[in-house]
This record gives sequence, structure tokens and C-alpha cells, in this order.
Amino acid sequence: MAVATTHKPLTKAQLLHMLRQMLLIREFEDKTAEWYARGRIAGFVHLYNGQEACAVGVVAALEPQDILMSHYRDHGHALAKGAGTKEAMAELFGKETGLVKGKGGSMHFFDYQAGHWGGYAIVGGHLPLAVGVAFAYKYKKESRIVAVVMGDGTTPNGYFHESLNFAKLWEAPVIFIVENNLYGMGTALAVHSAVVEMTDKVCAYDIPAERVDGMDVVAVYEATRRAVEHVRDGKGPYFLELSTYRFRGHSMADPQRYRDKEEVAEWTHRDPILHMRQKLMEEGLLTEKAAKKMEDDVKREIEEAVRFAEASPAPPLEALTEDIYASPVSANPEAAIISTPSA
Amino acid sequence: MPVRTYLEAITDALREEMRRNPDVFIMGEDIYAYGGSYAVTSNLADEFGPERIRDTPIAEGAIAGVATGAAMAGLRPVAEIMTINFALLALDAIINHAAKVHYMFGARIKAPVIIRTAGGAGAQLGATHAQNFEVYFAHVPGLKVVTPATPADAKGLLLAAFRQDDPVIFIENTGLYRTKGEVPDGDVIVPFGSADVKREGKDVTLICYSRQFLTAMQAAEQLSEMGIEAEVVDLRSLRPWDAETVINSVKKTNRGLIIEEDWQSYGIGAEIAATVTREAFDWLDGPIERLGLVEAPMPYARDLERAAMPSPDKVITRLREMGVVR
Ligand SMILES: Cc1ncc(C[n+]2csc(CCOP(=O)(O)OP(=O)(O)O)c2C)c(N)n1
Ligand SMILES: [Mg+2]
Repeated sequence: MAVATTHKPLTKAQLLHMLRQMLLIREFEDKTAEWYARGRIAGFVHLYNGQEACAVGVVAALEPQDILMSHYRDHGHALAKGAGTKEAMAELFGKETGLVKGKGGSMHFFDYQAGHWGGYAIVGGHLPLAVGVAFAYKYKKESRIVAVVMGDGTTPNGYFHESLNFAKLWEAPVIFIVENNLYGMGTALAVHSAVVEMTDKVCAYDIPAERVDGMDVVAVYEATRRAVEHVRDGKGPYFLELSTYRFRGHSMADPQRYRDKEEVAEWTHRDPILHMRQKLMEEGLLTEKAAKKMEDDVKREIEEAVRFAEASPAPPLEALTEDIYASPVSANPEAAIISTPSA
Repeated sequence: MPVRTYLEAITDALREEMRRNPDVFIMGEDIYAYGGSYAVTSNLADEFGPERIRDTPIAEGAIAGVATGAAMAGLRPVAEIMTINFALLALDAIINHAAKVHYMFGARIKAPVIIRTAGGAGAQLGATHAQNFEVYFAHVPGLKVVTPATPADAKGLLLAAFRQDDPVIFIENTGLYRTKGEVPDGDVIVPFGSADVKREGKDVTLICYSRQFLTAMQAAEQLSEMGIEAEVVDLRSLRPWDAETVINSVKKTNRGLIIEEDWQSYGIGAEIAATVTREAFDWLDGPIERLGLVEAPMPYARDLERAAMPSPDKVITRLREMGVVR
């Protein structure tokens, strides 16, 4: 087993790294909004502002070889897991140098090496995939595990219940993580879910479940560590609910009529980045000067990412029909599978 | 006649029918508090309230199944599946149950459910969010499938759906919502299975449905400047489809091209081409041709997506290959 089970407190370097990661994601998202408004980024874009502690806390407790899979609100997960800001931004710009060659866009980040195995845009559709990936590692007796992220709105879905049951039966090494931001798009938790306590929903599957403050990156890390130990020990799946809030709309075109300003303001006060920054200062681990430098660094990194994205070439038109199949489609590669030309 | 957008025309039909018939209600994701992801229901929320504009969980299989059950018990549900991409999760309820209960139970029961959903590519939404699956439904006996292209047809076909007792798959296109057109006031129905000759011409028939109607009309205008008059036949309804109107047009023009916003393999165009070829063989000056999406999952990058889609230019290129344009 790759991971030590002793509970050493987080080091200063680890804590500072977590703060930097959150800042990096926030800056990435703000710049994404800016370039979307300028028309250079398109499609459905779901920003992660407010939820940064979730991805960063979870990834801090994983090993590099572990796999993270997430939904379409995936920028934070990919970056936290180690995807490059340049390749990520280039993907949003639809460039050949993007994470997935400009084929996926915002909702479909993927970095094989970093272990972010995809943003998926069919609600719940990635949950059984995650169970399958986890099962494969168990089958091959590898110590890798899978963490799979979804929103609260995914928990009434059949995929959710089928996947939890399956994971338990097959003892798949998977951590199910709900980032509960209180809404599925514009539908409030109590309107979309008959039982609003996630841990209550999960007890039907006999999977250990915890509810965690998703605005506190250290709390997320600690809980994920417990989950990782359980799962890596071969004890089957684990479930975490991270209470959080998205500061921006569901996507870029959300009039937000379903929630009131007071609620948004209340949660914005609990900004996970400000919270962490203040905490580190109180504990004497961060000075105002060091914080400023970190923020400037992050800004510079994202600016560079934008420059890289802008300067990168668009994919060539031939890319449209490349990579549809991984192997030759026919024993006779000259034979067309399509009977008539299509364009 | 009042001018309405496609979106408003659909809202109008829903409003009028909901006023007329208290058994009509709408259910779907984000249709009440959010206002509808394409805002079709946002102007209905205040008038009809959450009892009749019902927000649901993200559970398409249950949405279609619950609506079908409610229809079996005498209500007139309209289930909104946010986009046709998510209707894949509802295929079982629709195909194995909504389409079958009437026949399988010896006509002892009916399931007059209307499933409204929207397809459409062209907004850089990528591989899973830019699809058109009309053909999956049009394949199935027991379903009726309509695909309006204009505001008037959208309203008229939706009203027609309420006046019959079979499950209807009412397929909108996100690229049409903002288009405008004249819509007759009141209860004017467009019957299922009636195609519409939207433009008359003698040189070639362009056969289309849903948003590719726009491509066909644009191409027809460009062709007209080149001295070629294309007849544009809008199918409007895919199951049943109006073979007679299409065949008559092809008998007149002797050439036909089908334009579809979908992969053409095993598709709508294949069905039409086979039927027209059989019925109008002696009138044809060449095979019925098809223009569809490039056979690839839809990519995100803008230029790649554009290259994948049908366009007026591609129509003209294809007609040149067919010898219609010289
Ligand atoms: C099967 C399916 N149905 C509907 C949608 C449209 N949709 C995209 S995100 C979303 C809300 C999901 O909410 P939640 O799971 O809470 O995640 P959050 O966006 O809050 O992170 C909906 C309805 C979809 N993508 N897939
Ligand atoms: Mg949510």
C-alpha cells in the first residue's frame, strides 16, 4: 500500500500549496469569464468559483497515480490534479495545443498523465465509468483508487443509485464525492431531492458517509484522507458530501432568478480562499507580503496561459475526422464504411 | 398576422391549451424556478404556478415514464426533456412503454403524452450536447414525431399534438428559437403527416426538416441568382411523413437532395430516398442525394464544428456534383 496511515499534520509547504492551488483556480475562472465575454471562449462554460476548496482538498489527499473524474464543472478538478494551465486555457480557446486538442472544450477536460480522467456532461453518466475504472484497479491488484465528483443534482438520478449499489457489491475502490452547492442548475435541493441529507440517502447502500464543510480546504483534506485509507485498504467505497456554494451562475447564461442576493452574500462571506488566507496568517504561516507575491505569481501564470492559448494554432480541418476510431475501422482500410460522401 | 418567434409560438400553444384544458400540465428540469433552460416556460410560471409547471429532478427516465403513466390515467402531460441529448436516458420509457402500451394491451388504454425536446448543433457544445436523434424515435411504430421549422408550424403542430391520443415526440431546434415568422391567431392546427412546399421551383427539390429548412431556403435564394429555381419541401412531420408531397415535387423537378442536421448513415434521408426512388423512379434524372453532418462526433473548436455542418455552400457544391448546377 502506497500510503502511510499515520496522521501527520499538514506541513507549512503543503498548506501554502493548497492556498496557491485555490488562487490559481479562481484566477483561471475569472479569466475564463473575461475571455468568454470577449467571445474567444464559447459553448457551455460552468465556473467553479466558490468551490475551490473541494477539488484542492480532495486532490491533496490523493496520490498522483490515483484517478479523479468529474462533471462538466471540471476546470478546478483538472487543474488541482495537475493539468497545465496553458493546455487548459488553450482547450477553452479551441486550440490544437489544448488538453484534448480543441475537441472537448470547457466541459471535457482530460489529462491522462495527471490522472484527471475527464469532465463529463451527461449528469450522472460518469459514475458507472468511475466504478468500472476502480474495479479494474482492484482486479489488477493495483493500489490505485478513484475519486469521482458530482453535484447534488446528480443524487436523484438512477445512475447515482445504480453506481453506489454496484460499487458496494463489487467492493470497488472508489470515493463518491458530492459537491453540494444547494442547486442542480436552478432547482433547489429540496425541490429535486426527497431526502436532503446526502448521508441518509447513502445509508441504503451500507457505504460509510461523511458530511464535510466544503468551504474549508483542510477539513476536506482530512475527510478525504479518511476516505482514501478506507478505500485503499480494500474496504470498498466511501462517500463524502462537501457543503459548498457556487458564487457565479450555473453557466454563463444564468439569470439566477431562483436564489436571492442575501443567500449569495452570506455564502460569499465564507469564501474558502479568504478563509484559508486568514487562517494561515493567524497561525503565522503567511505574511501579507508572501500572500501578495503568491497572488501576483498566479496572475502571471494565468496571463501566460492566455497568451499561449491565443498564440496557439486552431486544429487543422482534417482533425474533424481523425481519432474517431482507435483501430482501423475495416480489414480493408481502403474500403469506405460510409456509403456516400457526407459533406 | 402577428409575428412571433419560434419560442413564443411554442409558449403560446402551451398557454392556450393549458387555459382550455385543466388536465394539461408541464413537467421537466428547471422549467419553473429557473424559467426553462431555453425560457419556453418562463412566461407560463406566474399564470399556472408550480402545480402545473412542475420542476423535476434530473431523472429523464422517470420524467418520461411518469408522464406516460399520467397520460395513461387520463391527464395530458407535456414532458420537457431539456435537450434531445438527455432523451437517450428516456428512450426505454418512451420506446418500450409510451409507444407500446396501446398496442400491447390490446387498445385497452392510451398514452397521449407529449415529449417536447430540443436538438441542434452549431453552438460549440461538443460531442454530447449537439446531437439530433429524430431518427431514433421516427424508427418506432407507435410514436408520432414532428419537427417544426417555423413559428407557425411549431404552434400548429403542438396544438395538433393535443388533439390526438398517441405519444408525440415534439422536437424543437435550439438554433430556431429566435427565428421569427407570422403565426395565425387562435386555434389553427397543422395536421401531422403534412409536408409543406415552402418555396416553389422547377429545377430541383430540396427536402428538409427542422433547422435545415433555413439552410435550404438560403441555398435556394443563392441558386435563384444563378438561374436555378429550387423547390423547398419542409417535411414538418417525420412519422407519419408526407411521401406524396415529396414525390409530387420530385416528379416535377426530376432531382432531389435531402438536407439533414444529422449523420446520414441509416438516417431519415435514407428512408426518403428509398421511398422516392421506388415511387418516382421513372421521373428521376439521377439518384436522390443526401447532405448531412460529417460522420464524426461533434468537436468543440469553432471551425471544426462549422466544417461538420451542412451549409448553403455545401448544398450548391452537392448540386454541382449532381449536375443540377453547371
Ligand atoms: C442527463 C442530463 N440531464 C440534464 C442535463 C442538463 N444539466 C446540466 S448540469 C445540470 C444541473 C446539475 O446540477 P448538480 O448535479 O447539482 O451540479 P452543479 O452544476 O451544481 O455542480 C443540468 C440539469 C445534463 N447535462 N444531463
Ligand atoms: Mg449542484
